[in-house]
Amino acid sequence: MKGNFYLQGFLTFLKIGLFTIGGGYAMIPLIEREVVERRQWLSKEEFLDLMSLSQMLPGVFAVNFSIYIGHRLRGFRGSLALAAGIVVPSFVIILLIAMFFQAFAGNQVVEAIFKGIRPAVVALIAVPCIQLGRVAHITLATAFFPILVAVIIAIAGVSPVYVIIAVAVGAYCYGRFFKEG
Amino acid sequence: MLFLELFCVFFKIGLFGFGGGYAMLSMIQAEVVTSNHWLTSSQFADIVAISQSTPGPIGINSATYSGYISVVNEGYPAIVGILGSLIATVAVVLPSFLLVLLVLKILNHYREHPLTKTIFAALRPTVVGLLLAAVIVLMTKDNFGSVTDTPWQFCVSVFLFLAAFVGTFFYKVHPIRMIILCGLAGFLLYS
Repeated sequence: MKGNFYLQGFLTFLKIGLFTIGGGYAMIPLIEREVVERRQWLSKEEFLDLMSLSQMLPGVFAVNFSIYIGHRLRGFRGSLALAAGIVVPSFVIILLIAMFFQAFAGNQVVEAIFKGIRPAVVALIAVPCIQLGRVAHITLATAFFPILVAVIIAIAGVSPVYVIIAVAVGAYCYGRFFKEG
Repeated sequence: MLFLELFCVFFKIGLFGFGGGYAMLSMIQAEVVTSNHWLTSSQFADIVAISQSTPGPIGINSATYSGYISVVNEGYPAIVGILGSLIATVAVVLPSFLLVLLVLKILNHYREHPLTKTIFAALRPTVVGLLLAAVIVLMTKDNFGSVTDTPWQFCVSVFLFLAAFVGTFFYKVHPIRMIILCGLAGFLLYS
């Protein structure tokens, strides 16, 4: 039975990875159906608990989530099995596309299609920017902060990595020395 | 040397990629396009479009794709490109494993701590800034054409940008459908 778990877990997450388009958050309902309802590996509460933890930590959300579920169920080897299931379909499909696409680079029709798509992609990134801004309760008065961050990254050319470290350290110091007194 | 750099860059992206796939994209862009010049701005936009319309997490899709293309762009054959995509993908996932093993217990203990909450409250608007930076950096001649040299492409691009924004933001058109429609528009208007 124990030997079965790794294969079963791998295949379950392989299926989830294969059939969700649109990123990690689109996987949540599928993972819930498989892990909570069908296999009953986790309770609903445990599921939500692991989900919020996966969102807190850096990295690819769906990968984090599968690592935590696997770790909760079977430790390190469990996390390896589930994470591999999520990553493999994406890896294989994208690799094939990249190879195919490279072979068609310079093709007039492909170039025309992507000339139309590129400006749309910029809009597709602008939309979650505004949505996230709403979730983070950003108003006109507080908008200076994300704008400042954007200027530092886009115009001054500072890597987002340093910006994130600086904000985290700044928030830590603020919380430690001002809020707690 | 390229492979070691590829590993380090994607490890860094995995380690500091707070805020989900889109925030990670802006980090990939800063590292892969702006500072290392492995990809052009157009190639990056293509990656985003392809990652959006194929299965799997966007962070993995873009790591795999960037790993392959950046190695091939440096003049290596396709088979070495596969190695590049493997390295980038493993590197972006590795920090998550390390964090589980090392930090999970500590974080689990401190997640309700006011300091943890303050840090994450500050990171949220930062991620908004990251996305805004990605939007600004992608508004280039490569992606939109130029007003003086290619006015037709520029006008079409501005129109498609606005249409895609209004469509997905106000009318909740699915991003994949939007990408297909704009690809069709490109096909009809440019070829």
